Amino acid sequence: MRAGNKLALILLLTPLLLWIGLLIIIPHIDMFLVSIRERVGVGKYQISLANYWTFLGEPLYLVTFARTAIMSVLATVLTLIIGFPVAFFIAKIAKGRLQSSLFLLCLVPFWVSELVRTFGWMILLRETGLISNLLQWLGLVDGPVELLYNDVAMIVGLVYTSMLFMVVPLVTTLESLDDSIIEAGYDLGGSTVSITREIIIPHAMPGIVSGSIVVFMLSLGNYLTPTMLGGKDSLWFTELIYSQFIVRFNWELGAAFGFMLLILSSAIIWLLLKLTGQTLEKTMT
Amino acid sequence: MIPSIRQPRALSLAYRAYVTLFFVYLALPLLVVSVFAFNDSLFPSLPWKGFTWAWFFGDQHPRIGVFHQEPILRALGNSGFIAFFVSLLSVAVGTSNAFLFNRYSFPLRNLLYVLMLMPLVIPGIVLGISILVFSSTMANGLEDSFGWDIGGLRPGLMLVILGQFSFITTIVTLVVSARLQKFDRSLEEAALNLGASPLTAIRTITLPFLLPALVGGFGVAFLMSFENFNTTLMLVGSDAPLTIAMFDRLKEGSTPLLNAVSLLLMLGSSALALVMISFQRKS
Amino acid sequence: MTRDTPGSADLECLALCKQFDAFTAVDHVSFAVPSGSFFSILGPSGCGKTTIMRMIAGFLEPSSGDIRIKSKSVLDVPPNKRPVNMVFQHLALFPMMNIADNIGYGLRRQGMAKPEIGRKVDEALERIGLPGIGKRKVDELSGGQKQRVAIARCLVLEPDVLLLDEPLGALDLKLREHMKVELKALQAAFGTTFVYITHDQSEALVMSDQIAVMNHGRFEQVGSGRELYYRPETAFVAGFVGDSNRWKGRVTRAESGLLQITTQAGLQVTGADHGRGLATGDQAELFVRPEAIRISRQAEDLSHLENRMSGQVTTLLFNGADSRAILEPQTGGDPIEVALPQSGEYADLKRGDVLHFAWAGDQANAFAVNDQAAPSLEAQ
Repeated sequence: MRAGNKLALILLLTPLLLWIGLLIIIPHIDMFLVSIRERVGVGKYQISLANYWTFLGEPLYLVTFARTAIMSVLATVLTLIIGFPVAFFIAKIAKGRLQSSLFLLCLVPFWVSELVRTFGWMILLRETGLISNLLQWLGLVDGPVELLYNDVAMIVGLVYTSMLFMVVPLVTTLESLDDSIIEAGYDLGGSTVSITREIIIPHAMPGIVSGSIVVFMLSLGNYLTPTMLGGKDSLWFTELIYSQFIVRFNWELGAAFGFMLLILSSAIIWLLLKLTGQTLEKTMT
Repeated sequence: MIPSIRQPRALSLAYRAYVTLFFVYLALPLLVVSVFAFNDSLFPSLPWKGFTWAWFFGDQHPRIGVFHQEPILRALGNSGFIAFFVSLLSVAVGTSNAFLFNRYSFPLRNLLYVLMLMPLVIPGIVLGISILVFSSTMANGLEDSFGWDIGGLRPGLMLVILGQFSFITTIVTLVVSARLQKFDRSLEEAALNLGASPLTAIRTITLPFLLPALVGGFGVAFLMSFENFNTTLMLVGSDAPLTIAMFDRLKEGSTPLLNAVSLLLMLGSSALALVMISFQRKS
Repeated sequence: MTRDTPGSADLECLALCKQFDAFTAVDHVSFAVPSGSFFSILGPSGCGKTTIMRMIAGFLEPSSGDIRIKSKSVLDVPPNKRPVNMVFQHLALFPMMNIADNIGYGLRRQGMAKPEIGRKVDEALERIGLPGIGKRKVDELSGGQKQRVAIARCLVLEPDVLLLDEPLGALDLKLREHMKVELKALQAAFGTTFVYITHDQSEALVMSDQIAVMNHGRFEQVGSGRELYYRPETAFVAGFVGDSNRWKGRVTRAESGLLQITTQAGLQVTGADHGRGLATGDQAELFVRPEAIRISRQAEDLSHLENRMSGQVTTLLFNGADSRAILEPQTGGDPIEVALPQSGEYADLKRGDVLHFAWAGDQANAFAVNDQAAPSLEAQ
């Protein structure tokens, strides 16, 4: 039995180690190694931080980096603010069939590709699009208006694309809040505002954190939405990575960019976990 | 607030209106995509020029429908191929992981668990480029040292599958773990007590209990693979899956053909999701 | 705590009704709870007692009727403004706060100053016998401690009425027995009016000044535990409160309240209708408590009692102070459960022994069987 156990452990451990080792850890180490080498001649490289100096020395890169971070945080906060009341409605107010069908309705948009969703927003927002036509018909504007290719359109798209990943964990944690806890809050004299602040939000914190982490990651690492909905000025950091890798074929600089993005996302997630006193294991399971 | 707390009527009406508005916001883009698939125009926008099936079945230039678009159909096939293998692999590894973390204690268990969650907090595009960089390092190394040219390590279907597998496995692991945690281990002990061997006990008792999670995990993996964009973009070769193929077309300008493809995609994934849900209900 | 003169009602319900679609959960219930008393509503699950409690707390709106606290209607007062507090069935302590914050929650809502809250919380912890646990988390406490914290959380607000929704249900037997005594003591110490709902008759009997027995949305009877036990007014109360031997039969003779009844199995028994006016020919149900039945080894010891029989012991149920025997009457008919006296004279009783047993006619409560429209509260 003991030997059998050991064998089983090894058999189960092998795929995990192969997966984590070959597809996650080693590729990232290799990416780091590529990012710290500098081409000094044909096929000749040396170790240097030149790529990182390039990153720090070029305002366009730095500004794009900061913009991507700030806009991702903004998209995350907006998703939370928009999604929370809906999650609360589904978890605590809707009952029976209404509850399950609303929950299902929340999932529907995410059964289809992000590309289709983005395409939908393009049809709605572009100059010849539905909303422009509606505004003209209402007499609010004189001619066609271009609502696409700006930061607002991009944020709308990012929020839309990640909504599911906020609403689902929120619904799950809010459902686990017993009605009688809320009733006890009222019974003891609490108001809606104070109960939301002192009881509902603290209870939902694990869901808020896990939803925020996922939404933030999806926004930060998104390429499609900023490319399709964002304007010429709203460059996204992933677009820089893409162009270094695929267009300019400068993998060294691209790898450095990739590493910067990884550090940024890790730092912000770490900060979020520290601020809310949660751990990754707790929020993700 | 919850139904047992009376609220001013205006407030609860406003709340309901907000929730309704939210669902309109969710449905609107998908609705317009679907509707314009039937517009008899070269552009998926107003004005409405009449109803047509041409973007599905048409074979006359310029209205060549989905079913006569060789590249789109091929891309669809690629997507299906990739999604199938990604799902198969990630369900297998995810189930193994679930058993491992649920039942065994071993050195570095907590560290490995955190590492297992890592793919969730690595931006998809970074995952893509790291695998791209590593596989080409390997390919170059093998070619320089042994003269082997391994096509699977160059951008293409194989890398796309590995890239998607690398993060979808985490999600499948979590799905299967959640169900395995609910399993009452005394059922397995009862099977052993009644004369089953440990493996038979798992095969006849535990796996049937896990089946809904395995099917659910497979479905989720399939959908995620099918719609993945960011990781795939960095690893794709000449055999582009559907999302990449559509992206390339969209950059050149859109025709209602894309709407038709999108509508078919929606129907396909809804059907898959419904099958999954009904399966989950049954068990 | 200032209290009104004893006897004035803290809580009154007037013709309270609650309709859920076609189902009537609470049907014209009226009662008044005197200030400072312990009032229980006892009934099987689904009888509507929780509905009453939630209406008093403000979580359900009555379909009709009125709820008055200190003579003022509170129907338009939202739950967070009502001068009643509730101890929930599963206590509903806030897991996201420590014990001190739980107890101080209501005080913070009243806008009390921080140091004042701290002082009151410490005082409350002192009074429930748990000083110094303020910083602990909810799930670090035992079941009984949580119980006391949940009560303290309400009592610091000095409510006019404290509602308790089966708060002992989740505790194990020993602790429940202990908490019964403790609750009663807490109520006496704070002098607050308690309204307690339960399906456990012993909880109600031990703690309450007044008990309302509820069934199918109506109050069957309101009275002290002693009244309910010895003078049940309806067959339901007789059957629900305490154990009874019961027979169905027909009244063959009725004479100044004393009835002769022939049971379905042919047994001849006497009973009393205590003013319910049963007549010859009526279908009746008869209840006799096991401890109302005297037993003896000699028939002549029991000659002064009306119902005399003898029977064979078929089962002995030893349960310490509450030991019983089941006897098979030699004249035939249903088995009869009797209590064994604790004097020890029956310690050697065996299966198969023959005992004589008897009870006084007025110890047997008879009710008309078609007595569906049980006396409602208006009759009180």
